[in-house]
Amino acid sequence: MTAAAVPDRVVSAEQRKRARSVGITYLVLAMVCFFIFTRRPGDAGFRITETSQFTLPAQGFGWALGIVLVAVAAAQLLRGFGRLSNVVLALATAAFFMSFLAWAAAGDSFSFVGMLQDTVSRSVPITLGAIGGILSERSGVINISIEGMLLAAACTSAIAASLTNLWLGTLVGALTGVALAAVLAVMSIRYKVDQVIVGFAINFFALGVTSFVSFRVLVPNRDTMNNLLPVTPIRIPLLADVPFIGTIFFEQTIFVYFSFAAVALATWGLYRTKWGLRTRAIGEYPKAAGTLGVDVNKLRYRNLLLAGAVAGIGGAWWPIGIVGRFDQNITNGRGFIALAAVIFGRWHPVGALCGALVFALAEAVRLKIGNFDTGIPSEFLIMAPYVVTIIVVAGFIGASRAPKAAGQPYEDQ
Amino acid sequence: MKFELRGITKRFPGVVANDNVNLEVSTGEVLALIGENGAGKSTLMNVLYGIYRPDEGELRIDGTPQHFSSPADAIAAGIGMVHQHFMLVPVMTVAENVVLGVEPTGRLGSLDIDEARRMVKEVSDKYSLELNPDAVIEDLPVGVRQRVEIVKVLMRDAKIVVFDEPTAVLTPSEILEFFEIVRSLVAAGRGVIFITHKLKEALTIADRINVLRRGKVVGEANPKNTTESEIAEMMVGRAVQLVVDKKPATPGAAMLQVKNLSVVEPDGRTVVDDVSFEVRVGEIVGIAGVQGNGQTELVEALSGMRRAASGSISVADRDVSHDSPRERHAAGMAHIPEDRQRQGLVTEMSITENLVLTRYHDAEFSQGIRMKWDVAAARAKELVAAYDIRTNDPSQPASTLSGGNQQKVIVARELSRDIRLAVAAQPTRGIDVGSIEYVHSQIVKERDAGVAVLVVSTELDEIMSLSDRVLVMYRGRIVADLDPKKVSHMDIGLYMAGSRPAAVAS
Repeated sequence: MTAAAVPDRVVSAEQRKRARSVGITYLVLAMVCFFIFTRRPGDAGFRITETSQFTLPAQGFGWALGIVLVAVAAAQLLRGFGRLSNVVLALATAAFFMSFLAWAAAGDSFSFVGMLQDTVSRSVPITLGAIGGILSERSGVINISIEGMLLAAACTSAIAASLTNLWLGTLVGALTGVALAAVLAVMSIRYKVDQVIVGFAINFFALGVTSFVSFRVLVPNRDTMNNLLPVTPIRIPLLADVPFIGTIFFEQTIFVYFSFAAVALATWGLYRTKWGLRTRAIGEYPKAAGTLGVDVNKLRYRNLLLAGAVAGIGGAWWPIGIVGRFDQNITNGRGFIALAAVIFGRWHPVGALCGALVFALAEAVRLKIGNFDTGIPSEFLIMAPYVVTIIVVAGFIGASRAPKAAGQPYEDQ
Repeated sequence: MKFELRGITKRFPGVVANDNVNLEVSTGEVLALIGENGAGKSTLMNVLYGIYRPDEGELRIDGTPQHFSSPADAIAAGIGMVHQHFMLVPVMTVAENVVLGVEPTGRLGSLDIDEARRMVKEVSDKYSLELNPDAVIEDLPVGVRQRVEIVKVLMRDAKIVVFDEPTAVLTPSEILEFFEIVRSLVAAGRGVIFITHKLKEALTIADRINVLRRGKVVGEANPKNTTESEIAEMMVGRAVQLVVDKKPATPGAAMLQVKNLSVVEPDGRTVVDDVSFEVRVGEIVGIAGVQGNGQTELVEALSGMRRAASGSISVADRDVSHDSPRERHAAGMAHIPEDRQRQGLVTEMSITENLVLTRYHDAEFSQGIRMKWDVAAARAKELVAAYDIRTNDPSQPASTLSGGNQQKVIVARELSRDIRLAVAAQPTRGIDVGSIEYVHSQIVKERDAGVAVLVVSTELDEIMSLSDRVLVMYRGRIVADLDPKKVSHMDIGLYMAGSRPAAVAS
């Protein structure tokens, strides 16, 4: 071999830059371990069933992880992990997260399994909203009105469920999503209005109308129109008996099962069916499909309405799946988080589900950690999971690629 | 089978795109449809393909009138179209693109991708098109993408295949392969409509030639007993000079010197790779190459629209590498950009305003912050007359002009200044034969007046007839420096495709 040996794989400047920033991130995480996670003495108890728990010595774990992270950072900066870099990043992130929990719960114990169960439950509206976003954007229509669809559906399903039953309530929620999607569809497909602006309008419309209904109708008639018993968890026989995993995934409400089914169905549909091939084609290069006799705009209408229905069911999760009533602005931006999950998942349903779980975890952690006295203002605690999220997004995802035709109206010639 | 278009008229607001057009083509023959841009070729084909409905007239197949309301109807009737801009989804595989719209399905509407692969293999083997069904389109070279389009059409069992400007993106050797494919289609009993503005190709491949001008069929020709200039005359409506009329060059001192220039894309790809050359006073240097081999980026670096990663650019021994476009203009560089509507003109602005765009800040046209519009208008009037820009009123927006006249506006603006170097990228792309003739004569005139000229073009004919020296660009590098009088089209074509002619290689 000569001195100017050929590198074993071609790396672009972009990739090298990213590898370096990931390395620096490891160093920063190591510093956090050394200077923060080693500050609180005591063991942290992670309950994983009703009766059993495992404990982590908060300080010892912090020191150990910090040293490991420094080593990982050095390896990353000096030679990189090649194909394993994402695996290493995932493991490091998970370990860092555990260290964070151990630090927060030092000298105390909390239900680890409950937190994860809560995570899965809270991922429902984000996942379903993200599926709605994927269906729209894969067909070439930018849909930022997921938030509005979730909110409006939460409101109407609360009323319908209070007056009739939970099934009808959910159906009304789905139809509400369809109705708003129809507005977006007609405006953006037929009248070719800027899709982002229509989306914004729908969001503000939904916020305004539901706030009005909440104050003027629901508050005075609380008992009759905004009062329902949410669905109860269903134990899946056998599966729910698997320790730990069973509790997290198989003692959940029907909404959770529905959202997993929706992810599976959307993945199969998009990648294994005729409909999916056409949908992906009209989102990337509608003319190619149009000149082969595919009715681009008709398919866009259908997919948008479907997206509205899925998002509507996601909205119904608040009153029917967990809270039992509607409150003003109950969604509080989850629709936008769903769009972040879409990008996180690179417009793939399974990826979006992972994104939704990460964001839901952030929320569940915030609710749990709030109970501990960590000596740090609660506002900072609330931020911590999001900081991790940003790191994950930047580290794992890098530049992502949206469907090319998203946002562009289609015209026959 | 016989396809006939009878008395087709299609009007758009303000224009009659097709005016009582009659056209027929049978299976087993090649019809070439020739016409300038805007002659109505595309409109006619969109009528044939069911995208437009004609205002008058009808389409008949074996005498039976047809009514198409969408491309799906045209496909069902046996018409297939290979568009100029390929209708392929770049992120999908060959098989997925080919079966789009006619997907083989299994249970529950699931896609049978194995069957799709088999279908692609079957058709591509039958016509020896050699395609890998699992290749992703964006990784394929243009010639192969065209084969995918052809397989798409054949898969739908098209009796008549329409090719819209199919050779525009191909290298000379790919064009020969393409002609072979066309011949095998005809041999297999299909009909071909070949839309082009390249006369030579029409004469080579067609059985009959129809010429379209201003929406009307103005003539039919038999390739066996007609010449290029006869067809060109039919296209334009008057006699045209097809060969550039110029005296041998008398090059002087180097005006443009490019040394080790590289341009790198943000994603790390090197698009211009260590390029060095010079252009001397009084010569026209042509840069040949298939589109997408770094020519665009080279011109952008020369004109200052993009920063070079390394290397230097000098004009008259002054380093302009770090100068802004305006400073380069001031140093005597003229730039005719390749995209006239996006970079060359502000089409919403008037012809007058466009004509002073590079000089509005001169004392001649402005005083402090005040524009001297009367001076600008007078100047525009002079230029409109001098450069034969066909307009009644220079205060109209530039968008009202035809492509050829828009190009003349740019040429007038750039060449009427006191310049020392002219960089012209695709100076005649998409303009009519008459305007091409005019633009070429202006470029030669500048050369004879002692200007150094660099012409970048993907049209090999243009490069060969206009240049005094030819450089060939391939994958960002200059791979050959040739004398156009001593080298054949075929040999330049080999350089353009990245190989080396046998005589040179040995």
